[in-house]
Amino acid sequence: MKRFSWFNATSLSLGFAFLYLPMILLVVYSFNESRLVTVWAGFSTKWYGELFRDQEFLDAAWVTLKVGVFSSTLATVLGTMAAYVLVRAGRFHGRTLFSGMIYAPLVMPEVITGLSLLLLFIGIGLDRGVLTIVLAHTTFSMCYVSVVVSSRLTSFDRSLEEAALDLGCSAFAAFRLVTLPIIAPAVISGWLLAFTLSLDDLVIASFTTGPSATTLPIKIFSAVRLGVSPQINALSTLLIGIVTIGVITASVLTKRAAVAQVRDEQKAVRAA
Amino acid sequence: MAQTVFAPWTDPVQKPLIEFRNVSKRFGDFTAIDNLSLTIYEKEFFALLGPSGCGKTTMMRMLAGFETISGGHILLDGQEISAVPPNKRPVNMMFQSYALFPHLSIWDNIAFGLKREGRDAAFIDERVDEMLRLTRMSRFARRKPHQISGGQRQRVALARSLAKAPKLLLLDEPLGALDRKLREETQFELMDIQEKTGTTFVIVTHDQEEAMTVASRIAVMDEGRIVQVDTPDQIYEAPNSVYVADFIGDVNLFSGTATARPVDMAAAPEPTVALDAEATAPRHDAALRDTVEANTATAQRLPAPDRKGDWLYDKLFRRFMGSRETAPRRLPPPSPAEVAAARAREAPARPADSAPAIKPGGILVDWADGQPPIIAANGDTAVAGEKVTFSIRPEKVTIDAEQPDRPNAYKGKVIDIAYLGNISTFHVELANGTMVKAQMVNARRLANRHITWEDEVWIGFSETAGVVLKD
Repeated sequence: MKRFSWFNATSLSLGFAFLYLPMILLVVYSFNESRLVTVWAGFSTKWYGELFRDQEFLDAAWVTLKVGVFSSTLATVLGTMAAYVLVRAGRFHGRTLFSGMIYAPLVMPEVITGLSLLLLFIGIGLDRGVLTIVLAHTTFSMCYVSVVVSSRLTSFDRSLEEAALDLGCSAFAAFRLVTLPIIAPAVISGWLLAFTLSLDDLVIASFTTGPSATTLPIKIFSAVRLGVSPQINALSTLLIGIVTIGVITASVLTKRAAVAQVRDEQKAVRAA
Repeated sequence: MAQTVFAPWTDPVQKPLIEFRNVSKRFGDFTAIDNLSLTIYEKEFFALLGPSGCGKTTMMRMLAGFETISGGHILLDGQEISAVPPNKRPVNMMFQSYALFPHLSIWDNIAFGLKREGRDAAFIDERVDEMLRLTRMSRFARRKPHQISGGQRQRVALARSLAKAPKLLLLDEPLGALDRKLREETQFELMDIQEKTGTTFVIVTHDQEEAMTVASRIAVMDEGRIVQVDTPDQIYEAPNSVYVADFIGDVNLFSGTATARPVDMAAAPEPTVALDAEATAPRHDAALRDTVEANTATAQRLPAPDRKGDWLYDKLFRRFMGSRETAPRRLPPPSPAEVAAARAREAPARPADSAPAIKPGGILVDWADGQPPIIAANGDTAVAGEKVTFSIRPEKVTIDAEQPDRPNAYKGKVIDIAYLGNISTFHVELANGTMVKAQMVNARRLANRHITWEDEVWIGFSETAGVVLKD
């Protein structure tokens, strides 16, 4: 079969243009000399320089990073625990309800999650700030972590844990020494997912934030309301860069590990 | 070998290593193990054999501590262990999937249990090396489990479970994942290692050949119960039930009614039961032909008329022949020299002379109309009148083109031949439609085989070759 046809080529380029044209525009204009976002006046990196001199942006970046690291770590711990229990506990009454409840926040409208969290924080008298954003982000991203980890755990050979117990481990030692190292890739990718979600969340963060804590998405959103500045473009470009590098690294690592395993197995079969 | 036979189960003084006392296990409504008692002795290679779902794996997991018991006691060395968690039991297990830790090297896998015990580094080094040597895996110590072959993984799993020198090693279908050739080799290796380490092995398997090969005793299980515990040869030759006979190896089963065999019926079974003339007449001819050489012996026996002959004589011949001499002629007793000479002459002809060779006693099994009953001299006369199943292994059934001189002989037709290389199994259909399997060693090349499809043949077996089982 002929691999290239004009029809294929057109659909492909249309599809990709639809997905990436806005981002390409943003990246290109971040290197614009002019202050006006829509007029090209030559190549420059000065907006990047200004970005790093702008204390407000730097503060926002620091807050975002803190929130991301704490919330995704917390979400990974809780999500892994939830996944472990759901996969391991076997059949019990209400198991379907429990696993359904783990996944429900995935499809819950963010506005509702944000609003209910805000009501809760007001209700218990918790001052809004970094802590409340961390808690809010943990709430919704732990669902994603538990989905990723439980899909790995279902294919996990239970007898590995039993072997660890059999060789003298307590249940916790078996988890720490055997289960965790084996499911580590899933746990790490769960963490990365949670971190990314936290990084780009605007809605929930704006519901639960206080005056002292402004994350980058909130900062960008409010800045844009006063007019799009090339600085925002530069910042967004950096974010795109970070996410891209992260995703590519993660997938390359996974792929390489899989390939190495297949090759080793083939080698072993030949040697046998 | 000038060794005493290893059979601690026959010694009443021996203390068992493992004791199941009325153990039950229920999963909800389902009873996996039902009031089961069993003893296993030190240094035994004990096999739990049964089809899948018979509870054998549950038993093993109860020994390892992965399943709690619903009732009864499990004792190890006289100590109750049913409440001890798996990590506190001096029992190790080799898993069916091997369960090697994929993130650790072979060396670390074997050292895992020793490290958990908190042994010092020198001891661990020495012990791991010893295990690697025992399983011939020293070359692969630095590899990861996915970098070695299935057979090698099996050996690492064995080394890992033996490293802590457990009192009891459990093996869950240890060779299931290996191909046939490797499996056979590994069976002998397992026996060798078991002997070298002196560890008690309990193996779970559904492969009866494997159990027969490796085990000192086998427990055949069915639906949570133990049907028979015995040595492999006893299990095979003297099964206690139709289930065991049918589960272990190939078998022909004839169900019928037992009748006690007349005590004085030393000769061929005479037609107290309706026999077709064809089946019995040639047998006598053959017996007579074969005993021609032993003329002196037969001459001393008077030919006695049967019932028809008597009737014919009484009604007809007596008129012109006069009365017949009925009492046997008595010869003077032979001198010891004459007896010795007669014996010497008689001896070579004896094996061919089937009639007196049939062991007396036992029972007859009426299994089909129009077929002579099966003579089972080893059958228990207590079952007379009851429904029984006569079981006989195909290799104990001979197949001949002509009527064999055997206590049990039936005519049939060859329907199928399974050629297995070393042996052939013939499926013979008897006159009443019963299929019988008979095996023949292929001592001759295939081209010289004289029995083929659709041939009229005779199957035969001796009066002690089979087993009578109560239904």
